[in-house]
Amino acid sequence: MTNNAKTYTIDVHHVTRVEGHGNIRINTRDGVVEDVKLCIVEANRFFESFTRGMTPHEIPWVVGRICGICCVGHQLSATKAVEDAQGIAVSPQTVLLRKMLNESQFLQSHVLHVYFLAVPDFVGAPSVIPLIKTHPEVVKRALRLKKLANDYTEVMGGRTIHPMSNTLKGWRRLPDLERLEQVRNRLAAAVPDLLETVGIVKTLKIPGYERETEFVSLKHPDEYALYEGDVFSSDSKSSVPVSAYRSVTNEFTVAHSTTKWSRWHRDAYAVGALARVNNNFDQLHPEAKSVAETLGLKVPCYNPYMNNVAQVVEIVHCAYNSLAMMETVLNGGLQEEDIHHTAQAGRGFGAVEVPRGILFHEYAFDEAGRCCDANAIIPTSQNVNNIEQDMKAFVPLMLPEMSQEELTLHMEMLLRAYDPCISCSVHMLNIDFVA
Amino acid sequence: MKPKVAFFDFASCEGCQLAVLNCEDILLDILGLVDIVEFREAMSETAPRFDVAFIEGSINREQDAERLRDIRARSTYLVAMGACACIGNVQARSNFIAPAENFQRVYGVEDRNMVQTDPEFWPLWAHTRVRAVKEIVPVDFELRGCPLVPEEFVHLVKALVTGATPRFSTQAVCVECKMNENECVYDQGETCMGQITRGGCKAICITNGYRCDGCRGILPHANLAAHHGLLQSKGLSEPQITNRYRLFCSAESLGRVGRTGHDK
Repeated sequence: MTNNAKTYTIDVHHVTRVEGHGNIRINTRDGVVEDVKLCIVEANRFFESFTRGMTPHEIPWVVGRICGICCVGHQLSATKAVEDAQGIAVSPQTVLLRKMLNESQFLQSHVLHVYFLAVPDFVGAPSVIPLIKTHPEVVKRALRLKKLANDYTEVMGGRTIHPMSNTLKGWRRLPDLERLEQVRNRLAAAVPDLLETVGIVKTLKIPGYERETEFVSLKHPDEYALYEGDVFSSDSKSSVPVSAYRSVTNEFTVAHSTTKWSRWHRDAYAVGALARVNNNFDQLHPEAKSVAETLGLKVPCYNPYMNNVAQVVEIVHCAYNSLAMMETVLNGGLQEEDIHHTAQAGRGFGAVEVPRGILFHEYAFDEAGRCCDANAIIPTSQNVNNIEQDMKAFVPLMLPEMSQEELTLHMEMLLRAYDPCISCSVHMLNIDFVA
Repeated sequence: MKPKVAFFDFASCEGCQLAVLNCEDILLDILGLVDIVEFREAMSETAPRFDVAFIEGSINREQDAERLRDIRARSTYLVAMGACACIGNVQARSNFIAPAENFQRVYGVEDRNMVQTDPEFWPLWAHTRVRAVKEIVPVDFELRGCPLVPEEFVHLVKALVTGATPRFSTQAVCVECKMNENECVYDQGETCMGQITRGGCKAICITNGYRCDGCRGILPHANLAAHHGLLQSKGLSEPQITNRYRLFCSAESLGRVGRTGHDK
C-alpha cells in the first residue's frame, strides 16, 4: 500500500494508562483524513445531581470521590466554593496548609504520570512492569519518590486517597509536626532523585508536533498560581474572576462524549502543566526554570507532547516550594482553630489548579443550609476538545510518514501526554482496517 | 505458575486501583508473586483468562453489565474492590432520582434529548441504575471501603497465593475506634455511623478528627432501628437521617431500608 492511498479506520477502545475510559476513532480514505473523534465513554455518576440535600460540610468530603487521583484538588476546590457560599474567611495558616496539601498531590500525581504512564511509551515498553527488569533503578527511584509524595499527603491530610483532615474553616486535626519534619528531611534528601528524573526525561525523544492554541490557568500576582488566583487566558492576556468561570468554559454537549466540552476565545483551549508553565513561567522557582532550560522547554511552547516535560518542571517547583512552606510551618508552629460553623443559605465559587489543570466548583445552599445546586468543571473535560483538535491537526501530518501502528501509538501518546483523568466525568486496543 | 491477576474499572474514581499502586513498599514483592495481566490504568496488555479479577466501580449501564458478565465468565475468582463495587457508593444516591431527571440536572433538557436519541452513540447514554457488582454476577471476595484498605488488599493477595482463607474484620468501626482511644464523636456534638458499620478500617476517619459515614457498609446483624432512634434523640430530622444513611448508600445495601421512595 502506498502512503498516499492509506485507507483505514483506527478504533482504539478504552485507551490504556489513562485514568477513566476513552476511545479514539480515526477514519482515513485514500490518504485523506475523513474523521477524527475522541469518544469519552465513561459512565455517568451524576455528582451534580445527587449532592442535592447534603450539608455544606459533607460536600467537599463527598465530591472528592469524583476522582481518586485528584481527590485533594476536588476537595480543595469544593471547600473554597462552599466557604464562598457560606461567607467563611480562612486564616493564613489554613491557606498555607491547603497549599501544602495541594502540592503534595502535584508531586504524587506528576511522578506517577511521568514514570508509570508516560515513560513506557518513550522506551517502547507496554507498561512500567517490564522496566522493573530492564531499568530497575528507574523503577525503584520512581517508587521512592511516589511514596515520599504519598507520605506528604498523608501527614497533611490524614490519608493519601480521600483525606479527611481538611474541612470548612480549617483542619479537623492539625498535621503532626514531628512527622512533617521527617517528610521535610526526606524531601530535602530526595533532590538528587529529582535531578535524576530530569536526566531520564532529557534522553526521551519527544515527538515534534506543534499546534498553536489558547492556554488557560490561574494567575496570581505574587506566586506561581496553584491554589488561588484569577482565570487567565493566553489569548486575551487578561484575567476574569473565578465567579465568572462559566464565561470561560462555555460548556456544550456532543453525543460521542459523556463529558461536556469547553471553548473560550477560539474553538478550543488547553489547561494543565504546559498551560501553567506557559502562562506563569516567570514565577516558577529558579531551580524549576533552570530544569525547563535543560529540557529545552521554551515558552510559549505549542507542542502538547511537551506536557510531560512541563510536569517535570512542576515536580521540581513543588519540591522546592514545599520545602520552603514546611520550613515556615516547622518554625512557626500550628495553632488550633475554631472550625465550628452553622449552615446558611448562599451561592459560592471555587477554583484550584490540580495536576491536570484548572478545576472549578460551584454550590448553592437553600434556607435550611442544604445543597440545592451544584456544578463542577474538571480539567479533562476542558482539554478533550483541544485534544481532538490536536488529533485533527496532527493525523494528516503523521499519515504520510507513519505506519498505522506508529500513528495509533502517537495518538495514544498524545492523549496520555495530557494526563487525562476521564473518570472524573471511559479500556484495550482494537485496530480495524478498512482496506 | 504464578496466578494471573487482572484489574478492571467501571463507574468509579479509580482511587482503589491507585491505592494498590500506592503499596510502594511491597509492590515489587507482590509483582514477584503474581502476573498482572490486565491493569488498564497502568499497562497496555490484555489477556483472555484470569485467576483473579479485581473489579472496581459500580455498574451503571447495560453495556457495562455485559462487560462484567464476560469478565466473570473468564475468571476463577472475582473480587469486588472498594465501596463502588461492593455497595454502589455515593453515586448510588442517584438511584433515588429518576435517570431522566439526573441527566436533566447535569446536561439540561435539550442536550439530554439530543444525546439520548443519537442514532450512533445512544448506548453511552443508556444509564439504567447504579448497581453493586454482586447484583449482577457472583462475587467471591469483597474489599470494602472508600477507598479500600491497602492492608486488606495485601492480606487477600497473600491468602489467594498461598491457598489460605482470607479473614476480614467482623467488628464494628466503633470497636476499632475504642481501641484507638478516640474521644467519642457523639461527645463532640456530632453523630456517627461507627456503631453499625463494618470495621477493618481501624476507624481512620474518626482518628483523624472526623466521623464515620459508613463507607464500608452496614454489619449484617446491626440494630438499625436502635441506631435510627439514637440519631433522632440527637435532634436529627427524618430527612437529615435519610441523607445520612444515603451519604455512602451503606444502609440501602442491606436491602432493609430505602428500597422505595424517591428524592424530591
